[in-house]
Amino acid sequence: MSTSLRLLRLMRPFRWQATLAVVLGTMMIASSMGLLGMSAYLIADATYRPLLVLLTIPIYVVRLASVTRAAARYAERMVSHSLTFRLLARLRTLVYQRLVPLTPAVLLRHRSGDLLTRLVADVDELQNLYVRMVSPAIVALLITGITTATFAVFSPLLAWAALIMMVLAGAGIPWLASLLDRRTGTHLLELRGQLNALLTDTIQGMPDVIACSAEDRFTGRINDLQSAILREQRRSALVSAIEQALTDIMLSLSVWLVLLLAIPLVTQGIVGGVYLAFLALLLMASFEALQPLGEAFQFSGRALGAGTRLFAVIDAQPAVTDPAEAESPPASGTPVSLTFDGVTFTYPDEHEPALRDVSFTLPAGKRMALVGATGAGKSSVLHLIERAYDPERGAVLLAHRDIRRYALEDARAMLAVIDQDTYIFNNTIRANLRIGCPTATDDALWAALEHAGLADFVRDTPDGLDAWVGEQGQRLSGGERQLLAIARAMLKNAPVLLLDEPTANLDALTERVVLDALYRLMAGRTVLMATHRLIAMERMDEILVLDHGRIVEKGTHDALLEANGLYARLFEAQNAVLTDNLTGMEV
Amino acid sequence: MRKPPQYVPGEARLPLLLAVLLGLLATAAIILQMGLLSWIIARVFLNRSTLSDVMPAMLGLLAAGVLRAALTGAREYAAREASTRVERTLRLDLIRHLLRAGPAFTRLERTGELVTLATAGLERVDAYISRYLPQVALSAGSPLLIAAVIFPFDTLSAVLLLVTAPIIPVLMVFAGSYAQDHIDRQWIALSRMGAHFLDSVQGLGTLVLFGRGRDEVERVARISERYRQRSLKALRSAFVSGFILEFMTAVAIGIIAVELGIRLLNGAMPFDRALFILLLTPEFYRPLRDLGMRRHAGMEGKTALTRYTEVTSAPAVAWNAAPAGSLPRAPFTISLVGVTYRYAGAAQPALRDLTLTLHPATVTALVGPTGAGKSTLAQLIMRILEPDEGEIRVNGLPLRDLSPDVWRRFVAVVPQRPYLFAGTLRENVLMAHPDASDESLREALRIAGAEAFVHALPYKYETLLGERGARLSAGEAQRIAIARAILKDAPLLIMDEPTSHLDPESEAAVREAMTYLTRHRTVLVIAHRINTVATAQQIAVLNAGRITQIGTHDSLLASGGLYAQLVRGSSKIEVLP
Repeated sequence: MSTSLRLLRLMRPFRWQATLAVVLGTMMIASSMGLLGMSAYLIADATYRPLLVLLTIPIYVVRLASVTRAAARYAERMVSHSLTFRLLARLRTLVYQRLVPLTPAVLLRHRSGDLLTRLVADVDELQNLYVRMVSPAIVALLITGITTATFAVFSPLLAWAALIMMVLAGAGIPWLASLLDRRTGTHLLELRGQLNALLTDTIQGMPDVIACSAEDRFTGRINDLQSAILREQRRSALVSAIEQALTDIMLSLSVWLVLLLAIPLVTQGIVGGVYLAFLALLLMASFEALQPLGEAFQFSGRALGAGTRLFAVIDAQPAVTDPAEAESPPASGTPVSLTFDGVTFTYPDEHEPALRDVSFTLPAGKRMALVGATGAGKSSVLHLIERAYDPERGAVLLAHRDIRRYALEDARAMLAVIDQDTYIFNNTIRANLRIGCPTATDDALWAALEHAGLADFVRDTPDGLDAWVGEQGQRLSGGERQLLAIARAMLKNAPVLLLDEPTANLDALTERVVLDALYRLMAGRTVLMATHRLIAMERMDEILVLDHGRIVEKGTHDALLEANGLYARLFEAQNAVLTDNLTGMEV
Repeated sequence: MRKPPQYVPGEARLPLLLAVLLGLLATAAIILQMGLLSWIIARVFLNRSTLSDVMPAMLGLLAAGVLRAALTGAREYAAREASTRVERTLRLDLIRHLLRAGPAFTRLERTGELVTLATAGLERVDAYISRYLPQVALSAGSPLLIAAVIFPFDTLSAVLLLVTAPIIPVLMVFAGSYAQDHIDRQWIALSRMGAHFLDSVQGLGTLVLFGRGRDEVERVARISERYRQRSLKALRSAFVSGFILEFMTAVAIGIIAVELGIRLLNGAMPFDRALFILLLTPEFYRPLRDLGMRRHAGMEGKTALTRYTEVTSAPAVAWNAAPAGSLPRAPFTISLVGVTYRYAGAAQPALRDLTLTLHPATVTALVGPTGAGKSTLAQLIMRILEPDEGEIRVNGLPLRDLSPDVWRRFVAVVPQRPYLFAGTLRENVLMAHPDASDESLREALRIAGAEAFVHALPYKYETLLGERGARLSAGEAQRIAIARAILKDAPLLIMDEPTSHLDPESEAAVREAMTYLTRHRTVLVIAHRINTVATAQQIAVLNAGRITQIGTHDSLLASGGLYAQLVRGSSKIEVLP
């Protein structure tokens, strides 16, 4: 189904509201037409047949039209805004619904959340689908119909004239303008894209710009781009001016043409002269319906673009699915083991496997570290356990069963994940914590905070658990965020703990505080930690060294150091200068 | 100093004036048009004229229509020209100002917001300048012109029009501010609800892993519905004002039609005159109604303009030119004496009475807990900030006497999180020294330990980096930054946490590069990782803005204290008051 049809189908649940709004919109313009037309008739008639009593009907219509116009306008705006918000809600819900099964895979494929931010912007754009595109188009059609029908009462010739002119003005001109503007439009968009990227670089990369003494260079490039944009904008302004002029002249020309055709009809007695003014004003007033069509054309182009992007994302097939018959997960509280059996895995867009024939067993309640350079495959192991993807060969086993046999939700319920970039939601501390356990009582929340070492911080914050954090609230430091993630994981109380470089972005002191809390969290759980910070490695039961997707070494910290292989090299590289043993930590 | 938000740059004034003038001329054309129209209709209706009788007038009507259209088009072009010019001037102005105010300023503001201002924000100024402002003038000028023309024909109608006209803008302002109040009060709630969807989408990964995905779908629906209800409530008052506007306008037209009709009945007025007045009446109110409609779009632009004025009014670092012949010569001795700096709005100074000397051809390391003031010190040396008290000298010459851009040519910086610009890898490395030869480029990358991974890239030096390009790991980006610094070859080198995001192998590669870099230069290294700084000739320990210890690695270890604690790693650090 084409994008435009699908977009229209989005409005189906609101068709009655949309119809009402269209009717109101039409009424609004029809009232205006009635008001002006009847006023013209009124004064013509007053000259013609000077009897006050004969004017009562036109006067009444004029009064009525005043009220209905204003009332219709108000009602139409309420209804169409309500409709727009409802459409927005529907779009958002729909998109979110479709995104959930696509996660985490969809996030890994598209970098830096760029896709998702654009998605949100596209949804925002599409909310205007009704009010900027559908409604003006239908109202214009209806009004054209009403005008033509009214004219037809007087003379088919006049009706045809009115129809043709309105169609030319309403559809012909915007179409022409879009043709003229197309090349300029795309070129301008491109230039603006370049300018925006350059502006972003200049502002966000300012320390580097200044450090490299490149200010003049950057300003120069911005100036050049801006000049190019200026030239394109002038072209675009010309097109816009022509469009305006054409639209304006259509109105004048339409009235002129109708007059040209009507005068001989009056002379021949086919049309009464008293109606001339009425017809002229009626036609002029009806052009109000054609005004928003130019913008509607432009918007429809953007809407199609947004719709195409949107559907491309939500139409994607999920990378993983629930099994037809799900196995029940082990009872809560049972320790869970983790096994990789000959796993080979390649990311969908890549050629080289990220993991090759990886096999290991992590018994329940034990702790294992995954070590290796960036890109060695540590994160890929974790992604497979999270079932972002399925391996192409081999199997991942949780509690001795292939992970694919569990329902996705059940499998993930067995995992608690902490990675290096904990996302804090725009919400209270309480709400952020409750993600781990929605039914947790405040007591449970405080207990988790104590355990994680964040309780004092929260107590010292005004509003405590109700303090608003996240983008629009307080910003938490890196360490505070990780401690919050730890508290949240404690509340979830899952048997398996997956850690992906949890202290990577922290300074050495904060790192220790967080590691302390992490080790408290690890108690009694099966733990898999990916890290390249080789700190406190003797506390791990086993260490797996990955290189280019393969396990190259396996063993305890001491055994690996003795073996003098890759691990020993990494460890030495990290601690090259110091002779002191850095790894002693108070338990 | 800058004027308040009504500030319109010089080169936009002429086009804007022209736009208003053309608009008034267009109104005159309309008046002519309506005059001819009413004359023609009256002739045909009352005098039974034929088409050939009125043909000259018809031609005149056609010409008037063409004239009107041409003037309208020209007006549009003039208005757009004004906003095009404004956008360019404002944008360049903004960037220049931001570059002068430097990262100290952008640090305090959210860079994301500044980027939005510079890009989308200034684009919206167009709606304010080219649509709203001329409309304001026209909504005063046009109706007055029409009323002036009607006045000699019919005093009563003219008076009626003039009396009703001001009511509309008054109502608009009144109802508009009431609605704004309403919206303002709800603003925090509305803006949170509006941002909720983006938040849910950005945190999608977390929610799914916690099994909260489906709950969130419901929440999205619920919050969207609440947003709808609240917004409608807030908008209701704005709509009421629209209602009153329409009503008043329509009623006015009705009243005028009726009073014209009554006088026609009594034969007190000729038909063509009455029709003329009736035809002009909707035209009279049109600019006022257009003003109401364009107000909203105009307000967005005005907000951007206000923000622009705010940003550009902030004081920038004073730029004084260096007197010729007084440029410092390498090697540098940098001395800080009694330097104190406090961030605006901070309770405590970031640095207090700090005295430190960086000796030529040595490495000074600065260590200390987060927030101790280390980066502040670096920024002071780079003249991104100016000390509140105390002085910084280079070879005895006060830094204050040098203009910042001149000084920075002598400083190379390896930042904590290097920024990779949209461009090729080559362009990124050559950033500091665009004229460097290919040889030097290669050499710099080799020393920085970046040669291996650059050759592994599909397009090697021409690989595109930045937002839309290849993603380099933190370690690779750091090595690019080091290559930049190597190429710049400046006598003073500042390295801010050069190894904090690196895996052990990358860290080792970087340390090797540092050995090369730190020869014959004055170097300041800021670090958390002790193994990065242990070989420095001088280590200064910064705590709560003060230097508490200075010495070498061994001497500091021996004396115990904060440094020793940092090395041994304890989570209990006492922070000095």
